[in-house]
Amino acid sequence: MIYKRVTLFAGHYGSGKTNIAVNYALMLKKREDDVAIADLDIVNPYFRTKDSMDVIEKAGIRLISSDYAGSNVDIPALPSEAYSLVQNKRLHAVIDVGGDDRGATALGRYVPYLLDENNYEMLFVINRFRPLTADAESTVRIMKEIESACKMRFTSLVHNSNLGAETTAEDIFSSVSYAENVSRLSGLPVKMTAAREDIAGELTGRIENIFPIRLHIYGFMN
Amino acid sequence: MSEKVLMKGNEAIAEAAIMAGCRHYFGYPITPQTEIAAYMSKRMPQIDGVFLQAESEIAAINMVIGVSSTGKHVMTSSSSPGISLKSEGLSYLAGCDLPAFVVNVQRGGPGLGGIQPSQSDYWQATRASGHGDFRRIVLAPDSVQEMVSLTFKGFDLADKYRMTTLLLADGTIGQMMEPVSLDMGEVTKYEKPWAVTGTKGIRKPNIVNSLFLQPEVLEKYNIERYERYKTVEENEVMYEEYMMDDAEFCIVAFGIAARVAKNAIKQAREKGIKAGMIRPITLWPFPKAALAKAAEKVRAFISVELSMGQMIDDVELSIRCKKPVILCSRVGGMIPTPENVLAALDEAGKIGG
Repeated sequence: MIYKRVTLFAGHYGSGKTNIAVNYALMLKKREDDVAIADLDIVNPYFRTKDSMDVIEKAGIRLISSDYAGSNVDIPALPSEAYSLVQNKRLHAVIDVGGDDRGATALGRYVPYLLDENNYEMLFVINRFRPLTADAESTVRIMKEIESACKMRFTSLVHNSNLGAETTAEDIFSSVSYAENVSRLSGLPVKMTAAREDIAGELTGRIENIFPIRLHIYGFMN
Repeated sequence: MSEKVLMKGNEAIAEAAIMAGCRHYFGYPITPQTEIAAYMSKRMPQIDGVFLQAESEIAAINMVIGVSSTGKHVMTSSSSPGISLKSEGLSYLAGCDLPAFVVNVQRGGPGLGGIQPSQSDYWQATRASGHGDFRRIVLAPDSVQEMVSLTFKGFDLADKYRMTTLLLADGTIGQMMEPVSLDMGEVTKYEKPWAVTGTKGIRKPNIVNSLFLQPEVLEKYNIERYERYKTVEENEVMYEEYMMDDAEFCIVAFGIAARVAKNAIKQAREKGIKAGMIRPITLWPFPKAALAKAAEKVRAFISVELSMGQMIDDVELSIRCKKPVILCSRVGGMIPTPENVLAALDEAGKIGG
């Protein structure tokens, strides 16, 4: 898979950005020495990249995250080390941008650096099973809201239609036309289609560029 | 819509409210329920509804009183500290016999507390938010699917009995995502001859009011209201029994605590401990009869809660203290683990002989 120095994942909240970002960072770590993942999600203090800290740390990936949920402050803030993402050119960075336009606002301060270096990909994660992105039109509307909030353009799509742990291969296959519609309407190519690793095999050959993922962020037990 | 969708608990509340006919939402953001307002702010303009971020929780609940007076479906939502602010309005809603749907996605307290899940507003929900003699219907979902079904039902119950329905969720169920079906069926329409809709010159004006200076009149309204509450207690109790047929120990838990308890019961059964659960779905009216019946055959009860022990009062009242009741709880945003529940079962085995 072709990748840039910085990969940003953004989308409607609940689209599965965080799981994709964690899996993407793990994939990068197999190819690059110095990999960091940053959790810029200041919108959702509950289930975040930070929750998969063990997996990330064991793999030797640096985690940059705000301490909001675990601290006594009621105002989320980003750590200053987040600037290393854009300033340390030897680092391969994955940035998990917060949900929707509100989450993407936090990205704004890093945008001039990213545009200046011009070695990034910005991926829009889409999920047809989320009610507010159930069709191509509403999905592209949210895409534009995010773009105008963070003042950056997406470069491609990650198709991640899923129903959490209940997702079947058929659910993903039946969503391919949705992803194609989003692609046509937005003018962005589909970089990859994510599938839980246990069902990814069923889709190989039926869908191009399957990205097998392991779920590190869940809802709650059973 | 028969196909499932993936929703957050908070979003599920919002969408189900819209399906129940709610076109007026008033609120003020607070973690961990802000997604309700965020979702409403996106959806209401699409369906010609009203989303309004009020200047405070107090303003929001008073806007609810206003819209409810006109007979329309209306809701507000908040989390623990915000519900405290709404208390005065909740009492006025009861005093005016107005239907309303209110959501509390609980976080740890007291005071500002934290933003992680809690169930420590049980007393507030079932007894103590607002002054005066009154009750409200309290529903406790334990899944995102129940966020949908109980929200839909909550609007119906509010109209049917001219009461406030409070959906008492917690931060975990508000934040977690699960696949849900939004297939809820038809909305029942109730006549609202009391509603303030304009006389059109053909009827006497309706007045929505909670001030009655003559004690005889105020007493009469209170007594009438409690007769209505009695029919709710007779007809609307909801609970789930889980592995109770041969149970020697009865766990009582609602919401997220019930999910943990179910896991613990499966593990206990593997070890040969006969545990079961009664999960109250309505916290008021509380499933007193089901617990009293269980008290005749089980050795002990375990109340699993995310509080220092609040629902345990209702467990003991329901069974008239006939059997030992053990509290298993974590607080401050912590959630009891199945291991905590198993330890409580061990304790119950020692004393409940």
